[in-house]
Amino acid sequence: MIRILNTVGELTLYYVNQAGRMGIFLAFVVFNIIKLPYYKISHVIKQIYIIGTLSVFVIVFTGAFTGMVLALQGYNTLSKFGSEGLIGSVVALSLIRELGPVLAALMVTGRAGSAICAEIGIMRISEQIDALECMAIDPHKYIMAPKFIAALASVPLLTAVFNVVGIFGGYIVGVKLMGANEGAFFTSMYRDVEFADISMGFIKSVCFGLLIVWICAAKGYYVHMERSGGFGAEGVSRVTTSAVVLSSVSILVLDYIITSLLI
Amino acid sequence: MNAQSMIQMIDVRKRFGAQEVLKGVNLSIFEGKTTVIVGESGQGKSLIIKHILGLMKPTSGKVLVNGKDINTISRKGLKEIRANFGVLFQHAALFDSMTVFENVALPLRERTKASEEEIRNKVAEMLTLMDLEGSGEKYPAQISGGMKKRVGLARALVLNPKIVFFDEPTTGLDIAKSNEIYRVFFRTQTKLGYTSVIVSHDVPKIFKLADYVALLYNGVIQDCLSPEDFQTSENPVIREFVEKTMGHIYESERMEG
Repeated sequence: MIRILNTVGELTLYYVNQAGRMGIFLAFVVFNIIKLPYYKISHVIKQIYIIGTLSVFVIVFTGAFTGMVLALQGYNTLSKFGSEGLIGSVVALSLIRELGPVLAALMVTGRAGSAICAEIGIMRISEQIDALECMAIDPHKYIMAPKFIAALASVPLLTAVFNVVGIFGGYIVGVKLMGANEGAFFTSMYRDVEFADISMGFIKSVCFGLLIVWICAAKGYYVHMERSGGFGAEGVSRVTTSAVVLSSVSILVLDYIITSLLI
Repeated sequence: MNAQSMIQMIDVRKRFGAQEVLKGVNLSIFEGKTTVIVGESGQGKSLIIKHILGLMKPTSGKVLVNGKDINTISRKGLKEIRANFGVLFQHAALFDSMTVFENVALPLRERTKASEEEIRNKVAEMLTLMDLEGSGEKYPAQISGGMKKRVGLARALVLNPKIVFFDEPTTGLDIAKSNEIYRVFFRTQTKLGYTSVIVSHDVPKIFKLADYVALLYNGVIQDCLSPEDFQTSENPVIREFVEKTMGHIYESERMEG
């Protein structure tokens, strides 16, 4: 019985501790983003390339298929009620309000989040972060700030790309393949998509961008403090997996919270 | 307390779970001098450096650098103290996605307002000093262990630090390579005049460089003496260490009269 209590207590302490240090980590990074001297713009551009540009292909690909399958499902369902004309607004609204931000964020987590976590984790275990600190270079400013800014800039843009490509995919399948009326497709879309929908999608994508880079960077940064033993290559691989899982789950939970607040 | 001492460790203890590794370390590092910390592997020699650098917090005790406790100082203050430090890590800790040139240039780029040309000249000068001409464009994975240490040394020294820490500078190198590191060390210290702290178990060779030798044994610094006094110390632990590593020492005075 005492052993069970011990374990529960230990686990609770560990997770409270982890939550605390992740909070402090975020505060330090935000502080370093604001504080002068500013991070170097060339570092930010490099990170935007890594997080954003290199993700474009996978975003276009997943976006296109998401839009296409939405149109396919939507058309079949709507045709039962004779309202195929609404297919445009169904595709656009589902993408802009929900699927665009969530799926784009999940793809970025898998592609860039894991890379961020592994890179920082390796820097930690090979003492590179200690070396930076000893050179009086703050890793929060030198490594983290450019990544945070790049993620905050890239994820909303990638979401926009995802939405546009998705709508186009929906158009191809709905109008060209299934034969929905082209005019009705666009008219319903123009009529039903409001600014509130777009701003909801935008807010989500910014929050998800921050969430991804925060969780992945902090997990990598604190790899040596992991409970399961954050040592060596195995420690980094374990922490990368857990960062991706935690980011993905958090994205879905946060999605629900934001939706319930904004709807 | 000596007025000259730059770094003081006062009764520093460090515990990992049930194991206490440092059991009250007292050590003073004097300005302009070379202090060598020796001891068997696994005694926690590197831990001492990590505590001085502020990378680890002691369970109890104080670490003073220029009179300031680095564990209670503000982040800004710690940064200012570290600005005087140069560190050569045990495994060099080079940034492996940057070239040798970029590694050495990093402190200049991030900490000074030097122009690109000044940076290039300074880095070239450091690389020459370390016999590394022509390796600037290589990545750390493409150079040998000895070269990595020299790059680490170049990076540690590029901003003319006041205190330089060497964590096992010659471990894993053959005799020729380690002599080379010592030569470079000697050359740069003569030129730049820094205070240095060396963790090593390369006894007795390291004595040639040392002004003071401190023996860490059983979690405590047994004594910190000049190399000559160290080798003839009456302290049984030091005697045993000296005999184990250097062989029995012949002392005419004691043995013959």
